[in-house]
Amino acid sequence: MITRAPRIVTSRVELPDSFTLERYLATGGYEGLRKALSMTPAEVAAEVNKASLLGRGGAGFPAGRKWSMLRRAATTYLVVNGDESEPATFKDHMLIEHDPHQIIEGTAIAAYATGVELAFIYCRGEFALGFERLQQACNEAYEHGALGADVLGSGYGLDIVVHPGAGAYICGEETALLESLEGKRGFPRIKPPFFPAAVGLYGEPTVVNNVETVSNLPWIVSHGGDAFTALGEGSSRGTRLFALSGRVARPGWFEIEMSKTTFRDLIYDPSLGAGIPDGKSLRAFIPGGVSSPWFGPEQLDLGLDQDAVGQAGSMLGSGSVVVMDSDTCPVRAAWRIARFFHRESCGQCTPCREGSGWIEKIMHRLEQGLGREEDIELVLDACDNVSPGLGWPPKQTTICVLGPSIPSAIVSVAKLFRDELLVHVKDGVCPFPPDKVRRG
Amino acid sequence: MSKTASVHSLRTRFAVAEDLEAPAAVSVTVDGRVVEARKGELIIEAAERAGIFIPRFCYHPRMKSVGMCRMCLVEVSGPRGASLQPACFVEVADGQEVFTESDAARKAQEGVLEFLLLNHPLDCPVCDKGGECPLQDQAVSHGPGESRFVEEKRHWAKPIEIGPLVLLDRERCIQCARCTRFAEEVAGEPFIDFAERGDRIEVAIFPGEPFRSYFGGNTVQICPVGALTATPYRFKSRPWDLEQVETTCTTCSVGCRMVAQSSAGALVRYLGVDSEPVNQSWLCDRGRFGFEAVEAPERLNKPLVRSETRLVESTWNQALTAVADRILQTLDGSGPAAVGVIGGSRLANEDAYAWVRLVKGVIGTDNFDAQLGDGLPAELVASLPRATIEETVAAGTVIVLAGDLREELPVLHLRLRQAAANDGLRIIDCAPVATGLEQVATWLPYRPGEAAELARTLVATESGDRVVIVLGRPSLAEPPAEIAAAAAVFAAAWPSARFLSALRRANVHGAIDLGCAPGMLPGRVTLEEAGAFFGEHWGSVPGARGLDTAGMLAAAASGEIKMLVLLGADPLSDFPDRDLAVRALERVDFLVTVDTAPNPSSRLADVVLPAAGYAERGGSTTNLEGRVTRLAAKVMPPGVSRADWVIATELSDRLGAQLGFESLDGIWAEIEKLAPAHSGCTVEALAAPEAADGIVIPLKPSAVQLTRRPLRLDPIATPGIDSVSEQGAPLGAGAAMSPGVEPDVDVRADEDDFADDEFADEEGPGELEALEDEVSPEDVSVPVGNRRPGLVRFAPGDWTGSGSLPPVDESPFRLVVRRGLYNHGTLVQSAGSLAPLAGSQELRLSPQEMSQLGVAPGDEVRVSTPRGELVVAAVGDGGVPSGVALLQFNAVPAHETGASALIDCSVRVVGLDVEKVI
Repeated sequence: MITRAPRIVTSRVELPDSFTLERYLATGGYEGLRKALSMTPAEVAAEVNKASLLGRGGAGFPAGRKWSMLRRAATTYLVVNGDESEPATFKDHMLIEHDPHQIIEGTAIAAYATGVELAFIYCRGEFALGFERLQQACNEAYEHGALGADVLGSGYGLDIVVHPGAGAYICGEETALLESLEGKRGFPRIKPPFFPAAVGLYGEPTVVNNVETVSNLPWIVSHGGDAFTALGEGSSRGTRLFALSGRVARPGWFEIEMSKTTFRDLIYDPSLGAGIPDGKSLRAFIPGGVSSPWFGPEQLDLGLDQDAVGQAGSMLGSGSVVVMDSDTCPVRAAWRIARFFHRESCGQCTPCREGSGWIEKIMHRLEQGLGREEDIELVLDACDNVSPGLGWPPKQTTICVLGPSIPSAIVSVAKLFRDELLVHVKDGVCPFPPDKVRRG
Repeated sequence: MSKTASVHSLRTRFAVAEDLEAPAAVSVTVDGRVVEARKGELIIEAAERAGIFIPRFCYHPRMKSVGMCRMCLVEVSGPRGASLQPACFVEVADGQEVFTESDAARKAQEGVLEFLLLNHPLDCPVCDKGGECPLQDQAVSHGPGESRFVEEKRHWAKPIEIGPLVLLDRERCIQCARCTRFAEEVAGEPFIDFAERGDRIEVAIFPGEPFRSYFGGNTVQICPVGALTATPYRFKSRPWDLEQVETTCTTCSVGCRMVAQSSAGALVRYLGVDSEPVNQSWLCDRGRFGFEAVEAPERLNKPLVRSETRLVESTWNQALTAVADRILQTLDGSGPAAVGVIGGSRLANEDAYAWVRLVKGVIGTDNFDAQLGDGLPAELVASLPRATIEETVAAGTVIVLAGDLREELPVLHLRLRQAAANDGLRIIDCAPVATGLEQVATWLPYRPGEAAELARTLVATESGDRVVIVLGRPSLAEPPAEIAAAAAVFAAAWPSARFLSALRRANVHGAIDLGCAPGMLPGRVTLEEAGAFFGEHWGSVPGARGLDTAGMLAAAASGEIKMLVLLGADPLSDFPDRDLAVRALERVDFLVTVDTAPNPSSRLADVVLPAAGYAERGGSTTNLEGRVTRLAAKVMPPGVSRADWVIATELSDRLGAQLGFESLDGIWAEIEKLAPAHSGCTVEALAAPEAADGIVIPLKPSAVQLTRRPLRLDPIATPGIDSVSEQGAPLGAGAAMSPGVEPDVDVRADEDDFADDEFADEEGPGELEALEDEVSPEDVSVPVGNRRPGLVRFAPGDWTGSGSLPPVDESPFRLVVRRGLYNHGTLVQSAGSLAPLAGSQELRLSPQEMSQLGVAPGDEVRVSTPRGELVVAAVGDGGVPSGVALLQFNAVPAHETGASALIDCSVRVVGLDVEKVI
């Protein structure tokens, strides 16, 4: 069902000067922060708790609860994760480029609510324009008085540092991000300690929130938590930004009310994806980024709901939906995903460091028609040694979840498209060569 | 005394430290076995004590766990059921159940092993690690048996030279981060780190910055594959051809425990042994690769006797007779004071004792000094209240008044640096020029010659609570009396302060303890107090106090001393005042050298006696703590060279006095019987397994706490040590290790103990009387009522230095001369791999003064003192205060003019003029 939900995080992004302070102020900017500063931090946190805002970075952890876990200490930090780097994920990118002030304001609200006086926004290094606009917005916010020693005349002091990444997907993993911020190699930290809220940046308690998560905060504070909870169902409240790509007529980002809209709506509704072009049919879709297990046409009627998707054996994850049509080779898609993880493995844990390369090699030869039938079991067993049991949610033999993300696509292909795999082996050639797939 | 009885008595007298943390114990089940563990202990360690070996690569007991290799995955029960966890990272919890061999654990372990081997070349037949390789061993014990990898392995150019001694084969590397962690965490020299990511990750150096660590050999030692190899051992041997003994390194006075390994009768490798109180498995590169000097072709192997102008090969009979005749002749003509003996620090304790008895008891001269003017007065070192290394790193404050420890006593530097960096130890570094401790210590620069003034300032401003002073020679251009005066200031102001000697020569502390010093007799006693006692046992002792090395050289130069014996000493290279050394050796009538290798001084000798070298003789050695450990012989001495004690005994015979020594143990028994400081430290005690880490003398009246060697079942910690009880059982291919292993023992001095017990006044050795029960009457006959003399006591009034008047500067700079690890001395220069590391001579000045003088870095300058001058390149160094100039000792080959040409050892401050050479 397509609902007429308000645009919470994308209300101004289509305006040509959406990233400027002028436009931001003209469209109600920094009013949420002003209101928050008139409340106590606890009241702000309570409002966010009431909104049941789930983290938008991929894990979907309730934002309010994350804040409440912050260990009390003399120094605490807030880090906003803008290192969006997964293939087909481009929602944060858009928010950073087109509404940086909203991120600054959201960050300030989160910092105020958690008692933080120094926040960092870690922006993916490849977002050259985004980084520039974010830094510019930050500078403007200082000039405007929305940041600095006396935020909007409230007496509360906050500094924000915008920090660029250096080109590693793994630095989107929150503990690797903290290492990177500290100037170290982007290796995820081993657990325990389990949460940055206990031991985070420079060893101090740290809240790590996603860019989209904090972008919701100005609206939530302005309109109240109840207004947010009025949208969506169950645990999935509010709206969410989805990045739709692959074989659809209208790829792009869409802000959609959670739960009520289905994948079918997202892919086929003329106002959203507008269906699969060239009269092709849907073969499969990835519901929540390349680390999530794939769905087939039978799951199209699932709502865009964190719990429902989880129960069906996958996740909403980073909110990127990739559509494969009947011309798309699922083996090739899985190989390309494996190649991505191989290139991005940090190299710390043996199973991921070595396994990712081996898995990619096997998938590559299967895709090229050079594989053996036993390679199917071999690649699954190699996957099993990275993520024992190949179940969902995945178990892991590694420090972070990058490794256990590798098998999702491969297990999906083996489960949904074993026949196609066998055709590759038997014919010695890919039946869906990419040069035959017309690009829309 | 029967062996059983002695071991029993050992256990009662030497209390072995027990686990003191029992109250915090938790109980876990590992593979069905209940294990009591300390809170905070890692699963991998607790399992080990239960005899269960969990495979591992990145885990190392001496470094922080990182849980990277994932080889130690085991199933651990938790609130949400069992899950795979790294045993090297997860701590024990009460009631926890651990399964190391469940289906899930085995599959994970096999999976990791298979992954590790994907890109690892199977070149074991040509790999140095083959045969002692944890990857090879665990592939067999915990691997899947065969690989399913059919693709091409990763290829890289190899090997690459990352430093002068270490080569890297990136294809073999399994990215365990042991080497990079060692470099950063232990050595504090992060020259290597990971570059790239994923399976392209590699250990790398920074561009243009080679791996110039003094401790790089340790990375080779702990590498669990053949990725890091050391040039001195590369392709020298196969592990199965190696034989080994455990012994103590005597390159410096730290006394690191290690194994010496030989192949085909030649030393090929040293590996550090994990001795908790001393080196914790690490060695410096100079010690580690010093075996090359033992095997050097230029070693002395026959006695040489001067004939006309040449030294010609001779026989022992001729050579010893020549020496004995000359001694008798000198005694007849000029008396015993005309004979002097310089050296003794190279010797084992037994050798030193034999020589002391020969020199002081038979020849009758007290002119004997193991130090070469580069140390401190023996009475001072012997009498200051002492601290062990453990006590030092656990102290409240450590004051360092010594040379650059990183250069002189590298593993002591390592221990102090680690304690400061990881445990917050406070170090105050009193040094005229910044040292290697700069990053972890507070540097208090003092003007050369004004150490005592600095000490007075410190005692006025510091509380002195739980202070240990590391005492050595900050500069060879500053006389020892100034440092002694500073020590006296500390000791007088802070009665509870303790001292750790930083004298650097191998067994200088053993030599001092056994009387190789003027005015001293064996057992840390003075000639004055103990002369009568030793006179009774030896027959006679010198009638008067003799001269130290500076005194002997001066006396030789003036003709009063007619005969000098250089006992492993090379004054021409090693005495700070070269001018004096040259005058002495040229003037003296008869010069005898007893040494292992020829050196500039021995070339002037009339007789050269070849001595057995390191690892060619047994005995014991005493480190800077006073810790006595056993040395072991592994290879044959070259030619007909003999152990020093044999030479002393033979020489004594020819002088008509039978020393009666027949074995090292026999000599030690006499030392234990007569030397007060050594009382109770019997041959049996030293040889007992409990004493593998040595025994600190003098024994305390209370039971001595031995540091039981951690019986780790960790063959992976130091691959290549043929594990016996010291380091754990050899790898049993995953089979359960022998049960009944003993727990790790934490031997760190308890902080309270430190203040109360350890720092309490020593009881005199007379209190050790009860221990003499151990000595059976047949072995030793101590005359009734013949109480041993008391140990030399510290008297601050003896050490006044030059008083408080600061010296007057007549030159713009005060000279500081320090030693570097690699120099042009005989040891380094006869070790082929180390020789090229000795740098060139340079003068270090503060950058400001460089520009004031109009000198660019690298420009030649002429430096001059009243003694001499030399031309040298100048370098700016922010660690050099203004008004001070630093030169390295022995920084040029012996035939060139070095820093020693500038030093006058009789003045408080060596003034230096610097001018640009145009």
